Amino acid sequence: MVQIGKTNNYDALIIGAGHNGLTNAAFLAKAGLNVLVVEKNDYIGGATVSRELETGWKYSNCSYVCSLFRPEIYQALDLGRHGLEVVPIKGGVTFMQNGDYYGNYHHHEIRRREIARHSQRDADAVIRFDADLMKWCRLIRGFLLRTPPDPTSFKPRDVMEFGYLLKKFHGLSESQLYEFMRFFTMSIGEYLEEYFENPAFLAHYSGGSVIGTGLGVYSPGTAYVLLHHAMGDVDGNVGSWGFAKGGMGSVSSAIAASYTNFGGEIRTGAEVSKINVSNGRATGITLASGEVINAKKVVSNLDAKRTFLSVMDKDDLPSYVIKRAENFKIRGSSGKLNIALDGLPDFPALPKGSPLTLGHMHFTDSLQRLERAYDDWKDNRWSADPYTDTLIPTQFDPTMAPPGKHMMTVFVQYCPVNPEGGWDETKRDAFGKTVIDQIAEYSPNFKDLIVHTEIRTPKELEAEVGLTEGNIFQGELTLDQLLFNRPFPGYAQYRGPVKNMYMCSSSNHPGGGVMGAPGANSAREILRDMKRKDTTPEDFGDD
Amino acid sequence: MSLHDFTQVLAKTPFHDRLALHSQTQDWTGWNGYQTPRVLDTVASEYFAVRSSCSVMDLTPMEKYLITGPDACAFLNRLVTRDVSKLKPKRVTYAVWCNDEGKVIDDGTIFHLEKGVYRLCAQHHQLDWLMLSSIGFDVTIEKDTHKVAALSVQGPTSFSVLTAAGIEGLEKLKPFGIIHTKIGKIPVTVSRTGFTGDLGYELWGTPKDAHGIWDAIFTVKEHGLFDIRVIGLDTLEMVRIEAGFIMPGFDFNTAETTIRADHDRSPYELGLDWIVKFDKPYFTGKRALIKESKRPQKRCLVKLIAEGNKVPTSAFLFDGKNGNKIGTVMAQTWSPILKSSLAMADIDYNDGKPPVEIWAEIYYQKELKWHVKWAKCHLQNAPFWSHPRRSKTPPNPV
Repeated sequence: MVQIGKTNNYDALIIGAGHNGLTNAAFLAKAGLNVLVVEKNDYIGGATVSRELETGWKYSNCSYVCSLFRPEIYQALDLGRHGLEVVPIKGGVTFMQNGDYYGNYHHHEIRRREIARHSQRDADAVIRFDADLMKWCRLIRGFLLRTPPDPTSFKPRDVMEFGYLLKKFHGLSESQLYEFMRFFTMSIGEYLEEYFENPAFLAHYSGGSVIGTGLGVYSPGTAYVLLHHAMGDVDGNVGSWGFAKGGMGSVSSAIAASYTNFGGEIRTGAEVSKINVSNGRATGITLASGEVINAKKVVSNLDAKRTFLSVMDKDDLPSYVIKRAENFKIRGSSGKLNIALDGLPDFPALPKGSPLTLGHMHFTDSLQRLERAYDDWKDNRWSADPYTDTLIPTQFDPTMAPPGKHMMTVFVQYCPVNPEGGWDETKRDAFGKTVIDQIAEYSPNFKDLIVHTEIRTPKELEAEVGLTEGNIFQGELTLDQLLFNRPFPGYAQYRGPVKNMYMCSSSNHPGGGVMGAPGANSAREILRDMKRKDTTPEDFGDD
Repeated sequence: MSLHDFTQVLAKTPFHDRLALHSQTQDWTGWNGYQTPRVLDTVASEYFAVRSSCSVMDLTPMEKYLITGPDACAFLNRLVTRDVSKLKPKRVTYAVWCNDEGKVIDDGTIFHLEKGVYRLCAQHHQLDWLMLSSIGFDVTIEKDTHKVAALSVQGPTSFSVLTAAGIEGLEKLKPFGIIHTKIGKIPVTVSRTGFTGDLGYELWGTPKDAHGIWDAIFTVKEHGLFDIRVIGLDTLEMVRIEAGFIMPGFDFNTAETTIRADHDRSPYELGLDWIVKFDKPYFTGKRALIKESKRPQKRCLVKLIAEGNKVPTSAFLFDGKNGNKIGTVMAQTWSPILKSSLAMADIDYNDGKPPVEIWAEIYYQKELKWHVKWAKCHLQNAPFWSHPRRSKTPPNPV
């Protein structure tokens, strides 16, 4: 049956109601366009979603913390008034196998004393490390809300952008420039070992560099991924992370509220089967139901593989794009457990009243254990001794569990896309048990408190959210797939290979994480092509 | 407090109980992670303790490193810009150290405690840099900030007070000299050093003796002989500016914490040419500094006296009234002893020379209403304040 929408000829149609699709749509609607977002699921949000799977508990089913989301977008879309609150997370802890722990206290002086407890030298080295990391953060942050230049183009805009890029580099001394190139290409393990000596401290700092990647702590290129986890900020505190009140779904619902307030329309339960192309121009979409919806501009918020290999016809594409899409690195490597708890688990290693459970908890205390966790993944197994980023947001947020009860989110690295024989329920449960057993080693009452567990392997992430291989970044964050190389050289300015077709997903610059930047940057290009007023915000700037 | 303590942000020094007793304001702040008084009574009374009687300040939070081993001297000589090989045992010298680009990492004092045994006192945490710099040297570096309880006793009556407190041998102690002596029965090292530009001493003991050292000094006051006052950081800031001492991290951004290019400073740019010595073995930053010494100077941290009575707090500086911007005031104070408005300012040089005229645009308020005023500023080469009694040996008993 063919359904007819409010109108069948939209100015713009966005495929996928993830946070980038909604952000893109909101800026287009803000410019006065007639916009439709179609979403295959019955709910919006994509991987920025909160769902109630056990009565009374709400999970941030996929993404779970917020830092990279651009404050410029938050302000421009008035997300505060549309219900978004991001509360800073306080510190974290790495539990050690010898019964001790490293406490990453949020207060500078207490943290300093704690580092010195493990290594006096590391406590001082962290000053050098922080300043160096901030240099690279400052550099990269300036590119987040900008369309990457095409270095091969002679268009005045690209030349100007390239000039901006060079000027940014010019702000670095010659030796800093060399350091930056090293940073971009080194492994996080080797990079951190140039600063620190304490194994637990090294492990604590390096975890963020392998989250979401098919790389290990000693794989070249992982140092940059650290930046991807450190360049965000909560109210100007670069590097800090926050909880979205009500879970990450609050981010999507606030953007959606802003979008519909500008007159935008969303259709859920509407899976796209094809982007229609006629005479080298995108004309609209065909839904799985057979319904055709026409639009002047079609924007894909799907990852690059799904966009070019799944919803576009090969005959409509240059073979270069098909080949690039086939080669696009988008390896699934992460799993997730969302756990409903009857109470707050004890962690006896911590002193009574310790604030450390309020932040990120990890149970991997050396780079060697991290690398072994990666070895398992390379052999197509989930890590027997995984790295996790574990948080209990209900300590801050009373809206996600019944009073006195708690919700734990456990991000798990590594988990394979397709273990031998494929995923089945038994294997999924065994993966979940591995993670739960690890946490239980440090929390004796943890298992007794479990009311419900949602276990997600890359298979579920792909099936439910539509992320190819369940890759949370919609493509590896390695230099070959960053800036003007993302997703492919020549296509980094959000314009697709056919006219009137655009991309706005995290497969595009500046990449994954709940940032909103690809959505906003793409909207800017669309509005430019349509000769409409630019409604997207300018970078606030760090200087 | 134990190292595990997460309930208190700031650690307490061994003198904390005594400081708390003397503090009428309980106005504290942090200094290198220690709880430190900002003001205990009033700034005016504390200031005049330094300039006209005797002041006591807890120096424990200052970073201290014990440097020993066969290469201790060679290592320090490689570290800092001045020639440490000339520093005799029981002598102290001021020094700065740079990175390879010749930008200043920190400054401090080197104490040659005994032959081959040195203590480096620094403003900021330096263990990482010292360890990095020590590669290839047979040297042991121990951070002993927590193991030394230190008091600074400064002011015109400091000699008399400490002598009355039972310290022997002070009359022979020259500026920048060290003696290992006793206060009563407590062993203590005394150096004739300070951060005030006045007569003064620094006492170095063990934490377990901290109360004993403190009480020996304040017993002198109880006997009614001299007025002795504890001072906090606010007063220190005034007297150190008067004395022309710089504060890394406040007057300029230290190299290790600099993120933006050109926000760090070389010794030349801090007016410290006098402690950069090229006629000694290679030191870190030497190559860059040789190059820089041949170029016209780009900028300098200078001492300024602003006309009038308005303090140029964080003021922009111009090459004329309503002229071009040429710099910024980094630190400032009203000097009660000079009745002048003093500033340390980072200013651009023109063709290697300081600007001919310097004007400050000063914002100040009266009854919450803001006003702006232009004040002509005058460059000062010597310290604003340095009293002859500072260097007289033996000091005049008061």
